Amino acid sequence: MLELEHLTLGYGERILLDNVSARFSAGQLVALLGRNGSGKSTLLRAVSGLGRILKGSIRLAGRELQTLPPDKLATIVATVTTERVRIANLYCEDVVALGRAPYTNWIGRMQAEDARIVARSLGLVGMGSFARKTMDQMSDGECQRVMIARALAQDTPIILLDEPTAFLDLPNRYELGALLRRLAHDEQKCILFSTHDLDIALTLCDAIALIDTPHLHVLPTAEMARSGHIERLFRNDSVSFDATTGTVRLKQ
Amino acid sequence: MKRRAAWLFTSLSILALLLLLLDLAVGSVNIPLREVWAALTGAAYDPTTAKIVVSIRLMKAVVAILTGAALAVSGLQMQTLFRNPLAGPYVLGISSGASLGVAIFILGAPLLGLAGSPVMSALGVAGAAWVGAAVILAVIAAVSRRIKDIMVILILGMMFSSGVGAVVQILQYLSHESALKTFVVWTMGSLGEVTSTQMGLLLPAVLIGLAIAIAVIKPLNLLLLGENYARTSGLNIRRSRSLIFLSTTLLAGTVTAFCGPIGFVGLAVPHVARMLFRNADHRILMPGALLSGIVMMLACDLVAKLLSLPINTITALLGIPIVVWVVIRNKNIM
Repeated sequence: MLELEHLTLGYGERILLDNVSARFSAGQLVALLGRNGSGKSTLLRAVSGLGRILKGSIRLAGRELQTLPPDKLATIVATVTTERVRIANLYCEDVVALGRAPYTNWIGRMQAEDARIVARSLGLVGMGSFARKTMDQMSDGECQRVMIARALAQDTPIILLDEPTAFLDLPNRYELGALLRRLAHDEQKCILFSTHDLDIALTLCDAIALIDTPHLHVLPTAEMARSGHIERLFRNDSVSFDATTGTVRLKQ
Repeated sequence: MKRRAAWLFTSLSILALLLLLLDLAVGSVNIPLREVWAALTGAAYDPTTAKIVVSIRLMKAVVAILTGAALAVSGLQMQTLFRNPLAGPYVLGISSGASLGVAIFILGAPLLGLAGSPVMSALGVAGAAWVGAAVILAVIAAVSRRIKDIMVILILGMMFSSGVGAVVQILQYLSHESALKTFVVWTMGSLGEVTSTQMGLLLPAVLIGLAIAIAVIKPLNLLLLGENYARTSGLNIRRSRSLIFLSTTLLAGTVTAFCGPIGFVGLAVPHVARMLFRNADHRILMPGALLSGIVMMLACDLVAKLLSLPINTITALLGIPIVVWVVIRNKNIM
């Protein structure tokens, strides 16, 4: 579904990912892990068509990313960014309806089918009763869910999310992780999300993509936990992490 | 929600119509509404009354309608594009850019010994305003791509306005009296100075600007969520941006060229529309802002006539409280 082929990403002189190859398939929830500044967002931006590719290529549903016009790309990849959308007078269902943009006419007229997809998307994220609420009346967790519903309404095989669990409390983080897992499995989406929540990645994801600058390791979750990559990367002078038990230890 | 919008559209239209009739009736000579109607339908008994109503007052009222619609719609587009409630043609320096163009044309052309026919000078004023508005808009757009902080953009807009003011003063200092007077009168803003030759340019320019604005309703809705979301939803951002700039230049530039710099309408009216319609969808908000703009300009024109004051002062006195209210009360209105 999503293939990276000899991909090199970076800014100017600074190479973040060098000649990495990986593939992600439909029905898979994949966590993208890495230290701050390792290039998680850069990779997501590149796949969503917002960033620049220095070398190599990205193939989406069998097609080369760089040959896809924006409106076509929008029918293959949907993105949830870290931007907060807190606009007064903007209704949840209108936000979700914007996800139908690649399919609607010049003024964005909704057909019965579009309205059905919007309602279903809101239902899938458990926000069906929030359709007529405005975006400034909701909590961070609720906003995040609406933005995910918007991505679902875009009806794409691939969904990317940049740190969807940031700003959320513990129960909300797990609920969101479980929601993404359900969407990947039940809706057969290929979902890739960046996160700093190792526990969510290890308990809920099918596979983990780990940025080990300038490499990218992609392994099924259980294998990744045993591989030692996580311990090595998320360790410094004061803490160490045990991926098999999921525990953090303070040294001394 | 739909019913609220329908109700508001109806009442705003009726209000606009009433204000239009009043605007035709009131002036240095008050004409009864029945005679106004007779003059409009061509059944007037008195040719003088008919002349006043049709060729003077109706002309001016049409200018007010075009001005209100143009400024409100261009302000709405700017606010959405820059994702800033304080954006507007005046604040961003677009009107100043147009003023500079006009100043160079009115004050500069006589200095160089150039004088043309009425058609040429109408075209020249409009062209100079378009170029001035477009240049400022292009600079602001270029800066806003690099600097995301909107405060910087607003400060830049203010700096542009001040810079333009200084350049205009130099031009005034060097100018002849007659050209100077023409220019000073222009800066006060007036809806009544538009000749029928100029109308031939103002009307199509504003209509084209509005048509483009209607064509970018969907891109504007997508831009509500920010540029990244708009792009990943399949929007061709470069094309949409260019169309929005073209529309704004035509709308704000042309109106500024012929009516002078009219402040606060473009800034305040979109907020009035948001307040009334309580909807961020441009399919509702744009016609809402357009109608509100028309109502506001007709009302301002009426008040200006009754008090014999320049239109500029009225729009400022009416617009400033709205803007202050927006700043203080509604931190996240958009």
